[in-house]
Amino acid sequence: MEKHLFLAGHTACYGCGEALGARLVVDAAGPNIITTDATGCLEVFSSRWPQSAWAVPFIHSLFENSAAVASGIEVALRAMGRQEEAKVIAQGGDGGTADIGLQCLSGMLERGHDVLYVCYDNEAYMNTGVQRSGLTPYDSDTRTSPFGRASWGNRYRKKDMPAIAAAHGAPYIATASVAYPKDLQAKVKKALNIVGPKYLQVHVPCPLGWKSDPALTIKVAKLAVETGLYPIFEMENGVVTKVRKISSPKPVTEYLKLQGRFAHLFKKSGGEEEIKKIQQIADENIRKYGLLSETAAAKVSAEKE
Amino acid sequence: MKVILGGLAQPATSLANNTGTWRNFRPVYLQKACIDCKMCTIVCPEGCVYRVSEKKFTFNANYCKGCGMCAEECPVDDIEMIMEEK
Repeated sequence: MEKHLFLAGHTACYGCGEALGARLVVDAAGPNIITTDATGCLEVFSSRWPQSAWAVPFIHSLFENSAAVASGIEVALRAMGRQEEAKVIAQGGDGGTADIGLQCLSGMLERGHDVLYVCYDNEAYMNTGVQRSGLTPYDSDTRTSPFGRASWGNRYRKKDMPAIAAAHGAPYIATASVAYPKDLQAKVKKALNIVGPKYLQVHVPCPLGWKSDPALTIKVAKLAVETGLYPIFEMENGVVTKVRKISSPKPVTEYLKLQGRFAHLFKKSGGEEEIKKIQQIADENIRKYGLLSETAAAKVSAEKE
Repeated sequence: MKVILGGLAQPATSLANNTGTWRNFRPVYLQKACIDCKMCTIVCPEGCVYRVSEKKFTFNANYCKGCGMCAEECPVDDIEMIMEEK
């Protein structure tokens, strides 16, 4: 087998986007790193005692303190004068980042530790059986935001975590997706060469929680980007410097219909209205980040005329 | 007395877990239209697909869970998923 720093034998589900994401991140970062992780799927399936899938130092402490533990490691390395020997990567799921670990992450960004924080965003608490988190998208059906007679699922929109990180003055913030592995790995390498706190949010499909076909993990992730629902961009010193352009935006229904968590939108009457609201979110993203490629933008303006 | 808090594990020890026993379907690398793009090695969540030689790829049956991502993402449809028979 090929040499990886995140090894087979981990107990992630079939077609797990997070396992793929973690492997791509540590492989890009190389062997001279120290990683921490918040409680979550990644911790559970990669460090089933007495085994570890990590070929690099890995520490799990609590749900909320991945960023704080990483901060401590970074300071300790500096105190010993060994900061050149290892880079520090803090990891967490979307719940461990946007809800439970938000204060520790905020502290890490505020104090300016030289740490790369990677958030694997699978859009709910998957480890405990799919409960909604701050990064669960609008109208998603989860255990704590079920659809029913009076509900369309999660009634809140995704938290804008990159903007929250940017408000702390972090020098490098980026979003990525497992659908574009080379882009993701390039961002990890770039981030590790920047001194200061870095935030990277990786979109990782979860076939179990999203009720999608495990074989379609990459396809689903790609559609999230191509519809505009998951903008891929880089932000340096508070300014968006690079975005992944979309040549022809796809309707959000193409993304939604592959996933069971949105199936109620197609069954219950009135679902069209809700899908329109989700389309609006995608359109807003496209406008806000300028996602349309030049040819697509020209086409849209020609249609308007 | 030495007290160890928490659990310690040696790195890179998960290889003892043969997750291949979970598999219902197995990939077959047809090796007819392969263009050597390495996509199958990149998208495997287990990282268990590897290149043997030019335009020749295979997987480690000890770990492959049979998710079918390699077959789905192969740009030339050179990978087929078949029912596992023992």
